[in-house]
Amino acid sequence: MLLKTYENIDSIGRAILGIKASGVHNKELAEIHYPNGEKALAQVIALDREHVTLQLFGGGFGVSTDCKVRFLGKPMQVGFSNDMLGRVYSGNGKPIDGGPELMADLVRVAGPSINPVKRLIPKEMIRTGVPMIDVFNTLVRSQKIPIFAKAGEPYNRLLANIATQTDADVIIIGGVGLKYDEYHYFKRRIEEAGSNSKTIMFVHTHRDSIVEGLMVPDLALAVGERFALQGKNVFVLLSDMTQWSDYLRQVANAQDQIPANQGYPGDLYSQLASRYEKAADIDGAGSLTILGVTTMDDVTHPVPDNTGYITEGQFYMKDGYLELFGSLSRLKQQVNERTRPDHRSIMNAMARLLSESEERVKAQKFGSVKDDYSLRLLDYRKTFQKELMDPFRFLELEEALDLCWDILSNHFKKEEVGLSSELIATYWPQKRDFQTLEGSTHE
Amino acid sequence: MSKSKGKVVSVNESLVGVETTDGAVINGEVAMIMIADGKRLKSEVIDVKEGGVVYLQVFEDTGWMKVGDEVMFTGLPLAVKLGPGILGSVTDGLQNPLYELAEKEWFLERGIEVSPLDTTTKWHFTPIVKKGDTLTGGIALGHVPEKLFQHHIFVPFSIKGDHTITHIVPEGDYTIAQTIAIIKDELGNMHELQMAFDWPVKKAMPFNERSVPESPMPTGIRIIDALFPIAFGGTACNPGPFGAGKTVLQHSLARHSQADIVIIAACGERAGEAVEVFKDFPELIDPRTGKSLMDRTFIVGNTSSMPVAAREASVYMATTVGEYYRKQGLNVLILADSTSRWAQALRETSGRKEEIPGPEAFPMYISTLISAFYDRAGVEILSDGNIGSLSIIGTVSPAGGNFDEPVTQATLLSTGAFWGLSRALSDARKYPAIDRIDSTSKYPPILKKEEAAYLLELLRDGKSIASNMLLMGEKGITDESYIRYQKAELLDAVFLQQNSFDKVDGVTGPERLRLMFTLVKEIIDAPVSIQGKEAIRSHFNFLRQAFLDWNYMALDDEKFEKQKSKLTTLVKQMGYVAENI
Repeated sequence: MLLKTYENIDSIGRAILGIKASGVHNKELAEIHYPNGEKALAQVIALDREHVTLQLFGGGFGVSTDCKVRFLGKPMQVGFSNDMLGRVYSGNGKPIDGGPELMADLVRVAGPSINPVKRLIPKEMIRTGVPMIDVFNTLVRSQKIPIFAKAGEPYNRLLANIATQTDADVIIIGGVGLKYDEYHYFKRRIEEAGSNSKTIMFVHTHRDSIVEGLMVPDLALAVGERFALQGKNVFVLLSDMTQWSDYLRQVANAQDQIPANQGYPGDLYSQLASRYEKAADIDGAGSLTILGVTTMDDVTHPVPDNTGYITEGQFYMKDGYLELFGSLSRLKQQVNERTRPDHRSIMNAMARLLSESEERVKAQKFGSVKDDYSLRLLDYRKTFQKELMDPFRFLELEEALDLCWDILSNHFKKEEVGLSSELIATYWPQKRDFQTLEGSTHE
Repeated sequence: MSKSKGKVVSVNESLVGVETTDGAVINGEVAMIMIADGKRLKSEVIDVKEGGVVYLQVFEDTGWMKVGDEVMFTGLPLAVKLGPGILGSVTDGLQNPLYELAEKEWFLERGIEVSPLDTTTKWHFTPIVKKGDTLTGGIALGHVPEKLFQHHIFVPFSIKGDHTITHIVPEGDYTIAQTIAIIKDELGNMHELQMAFDWPVKKAMPFNERSVPESPMPTGIRIIDALFPIAFGGTACNPGPFGAGKTVLQHSLARHSQADIVIIAACGERAGEAVEVFKDFPELIDPRTGKSLMDRTFIVGNTSSMPVAAREASVYMATTVGEYYRKQGLNVLILADSTSRWAQALRETSGRKEEIPGPEAFPMYISTLISAFYDRAGVEILSDGNIGSLSIIGTVSPAGGNFDEPVTQATLLSTGAFWGLSRALSDARKYPAIDRIDSTSKYPPILKKEEAAYLLELLRDGKSIASNMLLMGEKGITDESYIRYQKAELLDAVFLQQNSFDKVDGVTGPERLRLMFTLVKEIIDAPVSIQGKEAIRSHFNFLRQAFLDWNYMALDDEKFEKQKSKLTTLVKQMGYVAENI
């Protein structure tokens, strides 16, 4: 196929370029040739007769009206081979770790979704060692679930922990809008955990163009999907999808799209969904699990709000704790019946009591909490937070469940916890008969 | 009918501009776009603009399309194939059967065409008309058995005026592709009829005679059946923020509602949720029929990562199939999850068409479309005197959980029951998290009206006492108020809350609902003579525990009656003490 070059550039924006050309395909890749011989990638995003709109991977800065545009006659693809393990790539798919470019099979990026009948119902628990996850919001293989947190919370540490403490065959890190030290942190943690040989990084830092940032999830997921089709259990970590949505907003704005909520394009939901829906447990192959990060101040902001409707729950991190309320694993019911007989019941009992204690916190502000039961509830709440909500405390599920029984028995009488007599007979700790834990702080 | 042609002039995601090269174009007709790799992409005319540019919304990914690609107009609107074989199947939003697609490709590659209904299956057809009979559209020619039902084979509804049968096949096995009858109109034109025919999805099927929804449809969900019921042929919506339990509620309704047929329209939602249904349902036995639940279910899924333009089609397709089975004299329930995603798809297209946006950038006409959609539900008196109904329960996913947004508001105006899901309730693990105070229904309840009012009054009292307690503490209110509060809490815990994951507690039939109500009422009416908040709380804790244990016992459980009398004794003990003081 003869590659055509055009030079009549119409317009140059922050991330968008308009040019007159013919015979161009929607979503075709192109190269921008600068007068000084440098090249940058671009992709067609809209056609209107002879007007072609391109998205610039390198951004619009420095593009001149005498640049030439060469259409490459192929869509966006990414290399795929086992040799990619241990390597670091940028948002345009080029290695940035100083190593050589690989000869690899090319696979399509942002392809169609898997036929739902080829999906399995997720049934396998992933043990993370984090009590708030394993006990209360169990992570399940092929789940798509983000961490909701304010910027500044240690969400990347938790992400790295989960990826390295579990049994993933392949870890793919998609970093969007990372600060350099965050990138460095991921790299070091992966090396310390000895997981380097099963990890691939696609990294976009703040110095790179936003279009490259937009590409990162697609590249990471396309490669992850291929490993999953080979039978591997793949973890894709995406941090941070709020930044990604912001880039989406910038590009939509540059195209004069009519904004929906808070300037985000009307298709924000569909755009996020087509990425997160890549998570799947594939019948006859492996699985793809997506752990994301959605930074936010307020859960009703369009990005966490749309994300919550798409993902299978979220882990809500606040003040360094993993919160019970606000966190949710939609798939936990699929697995927590088969872990230990008391798992589901004690999870519900602990949550119900914590919810009751939240009521007392409100009441306490009015000075109306004086009775013994309410004071014990408040005390329980403190213990719960201290013992269970630390995301960096490692406990096996069974240890964590035992700890839950200890906490209950330290604060409540048997008939107050609403658990069946049968479970109480089996699990209620014998030795301690109703006493407050040491270090209790309520007066 | 003339078939026009055209060429692509612009491509913007799913919106494609076309200039016609010959022939006229009908708004709403289907067009096929031929792209370089030989694939034919299905699309629909949604607008004709000045200058003669025809705008198509494309139901597939438009990657690799180019200016100049050829377009063939079909002259026909988007239609659904109606006939035996729909029940038990799973299709995408354009009626492509997913299992058949999966045999060709693991991924939903574009441009793959599969017949919507199996053309090789033989159905045992029994004619009920004979040669020489006069009939018209909508009259049954005969029937075939389909799963649990006799499926009437109709003369296509589009046929108008008197026709005479010139040929009808004898009883026997036929496929939907074979001609089973030939009819002649008054001008002598012959029409060959098969067991399946097309109907345009966006055109509501006319009612033979419309009636009003008056008979409650048991759903097995206590809070709905007792307080906020839906009727056969009625409409309901359940808006709520994410995580408030919309999906679990929908699944529960799909399993336990006493409709004959359940159609699940998974519109722009997670694929995994549809998967749970179509992988689980074939294994589940419907206790009312003794057959697999899948036998009464039809799933149409345009999930969130499938092409956006087909979301709208998926909702309409489900509705059309529902109307068709209503014509069969059956009670059909459509669960549309989520109508907000459909509205968002309209918003995306509207934005690309550069229409002037309404509130939150939704198109101005959104409320009209929503009302027209819910209006397709209803009770129909058929020509043979039988009654069919179509009920619609639509999920709404309001942005930020805020019910003031345009889609929720338009839906509230169009539906008869409102089940508002609340995050506060779901955080407190009070499922189903349907707001006990703000939800409404205009349909007649399964309990008596005054009984429902009696429960609601207690709930309102409980809420107001709780807010007093927040300010003044337990010690700030009288024992009497505290007892009233505990009764409201008990009502909530043992009657309104329900564990949808439990076999027994997950579904409550009308008979058991009555039993439970009687017992709940007995508890509420009984005087309690205990003094002191601690002792009162402990008494109600015991009652709650005993009641919950009872909730988990099946009606035919040997312990069922024993547990019930244990409960009544517990209640009476306190009453006894009161009388003696």
